[in-house]
Amino acid sequence: MKPAPFEYHVPDSIEEVLTFLQNYGDEAKLLAGGQSLVPAMNFRVVQPSVLIDLNRVKELDYLREDDQCLRIGAMVRERTLEFDPFVAKWSPLLKEAMPHVAHPQIRNRGTLGGSLANADPAAELPVIMLALGARLKARSASAERWVEARDFFSGMFTTDLAQGEMLVEIELPAVEDRTGWSFLEVAPRAGDYALMGVAALVTLYENKICKQARLVYLNAGDGPMEAKEAAQLLEGEALNNELIDSVAALASKKEITPFGNIHASAEYQHHLAKVLTKKALKIAGKRAGEENLQ
Amino acid sequence: MTKRLRISITVNEKAYSREVEPRLLLSDFLRHDLGLTGTHVGCEHGVCGACTILFDGESARSCLMFAVQADGHKVTTVEGLAKSIDQLHPIQQAFWEAHGLQCGYCTPGILMTLVPFLEQNPDPSEDEIRHALSGNLCRCTGYQHIVDAVKLAAEKMR
Repeated sequence: MKPAPFEYHVPDSIEEVLTFLQNYGDEAKLLAGGQSLVPAMNFRVVQPSVLIDLNRVKELDYLREDDQCLRIGAMVRERTLEFDPFVAKWSPLLKEAMPHVAHPQIRNRGTLGGSLANADPAAELPVIMLALGARLKARSASAERWVEARDFFSGMFTTDLAQGEMLVEIELPAVEDRTGWSFLEVAPRAGDYALMGVAALVTLYENKICKQARLVYLNAGDGPMEAKEAAQLLEGEALNNELIDSVAALASKKEITPFGNIHASAEYQHHLAKVLTKKALKIAGKRAGEENLQ
Repeated sequence: MTKRLRISITVNEKAYSREVEPRLLLSDFLRHDLGLTGTHVGCEHGVCGACTILFDGESARSCLMFAVQADGHKVTTVEGLAKSIDQLHPIQQAFWEAHGLQCGYCTPGILMTLVPFLEQNPDPSEDEIRHALSGNLCRCTGYQHIVDAVKLAAEKMR
């Protein structure tokens, strides 16, 4: 239960981090908040020979409004996302999900970039990024590029980041008017890994017809799972309980592939997804302005 | 063995300077290098909360940080709470009076979780208290007396 030896570097600029990454290649791991990496190192599941600590890279810690988007540095702590007024204003969905991300002691250290780069299929933040249509900025010593959230998560604990690249910024687009949101999950104990969870976003036209909807699930496959077909059933329709029932049935049956675990069978996870989807769509629909939902 | 690094760290308002291996956990540094054994070690993977300390005033798991990361930072452990042996911190006093513990193993972590919680939430509801305690496991009490103690502590601190 103690980590294997490693060489420790604590750079204070992105440039220096990228140089270390270039020099050490596969041997190096980046240490962000450490709330997933350090347990894995304590268990010796992960044994990097070089650890590059990002906690002194001040230029990765910022939140700022830019025309039509909110820019979040990769080292912004989860606790900051929970309480920052910019986040509440730009993304009530993200704010609503934050108390579900582990415990306050973990959120004080854990970072947005760290959680996304870790790509745990049971984590909340990747799901929220997909639902919001976030874009992620990756940098290497020689180039930088933007990746859509839906292209970033490529499998269980796997991302689109190439060797030598690091995640530096997350861009959240402005939310359209008449957009309702909801994040719901079921966990054995507050702060534990959820058995199932869903993020729902619903945007209505002025006449209350659904313009766009998004449903994304956690712990429902090998990454954040988006139920596109089910969400499309809502588009162009007026929201009602019957329609929501059929959307929930389709999404929970056909568009997620939960594995089951010691706490819940796959069948129970499908059931939870159905129940949570109905609730989440009704909450999101009401927040978007459709009052006739029960 | 990898190269040892010199760190300077303030623990309970006292400055320390030590050489440590990078892989040394902050929890082990506090216990073994500084002899501050009030910080308990339970699961060592961030689940039980026994090792909770204050890192620059905010609660954190000391088993999920390396001692080298604390270089230049301020740490408070349970030993830093009471002003003297006769003058307990109000939260400690409340735990004593309401008997908010049995074996006491989880207690230091719970106290350290509660310090910032009660400073930020002077009048918490029972729900908020239970939510705040969700990151600290207690295997003896069933939590009822702990919740009572937190309510009493909140009164004392208001």
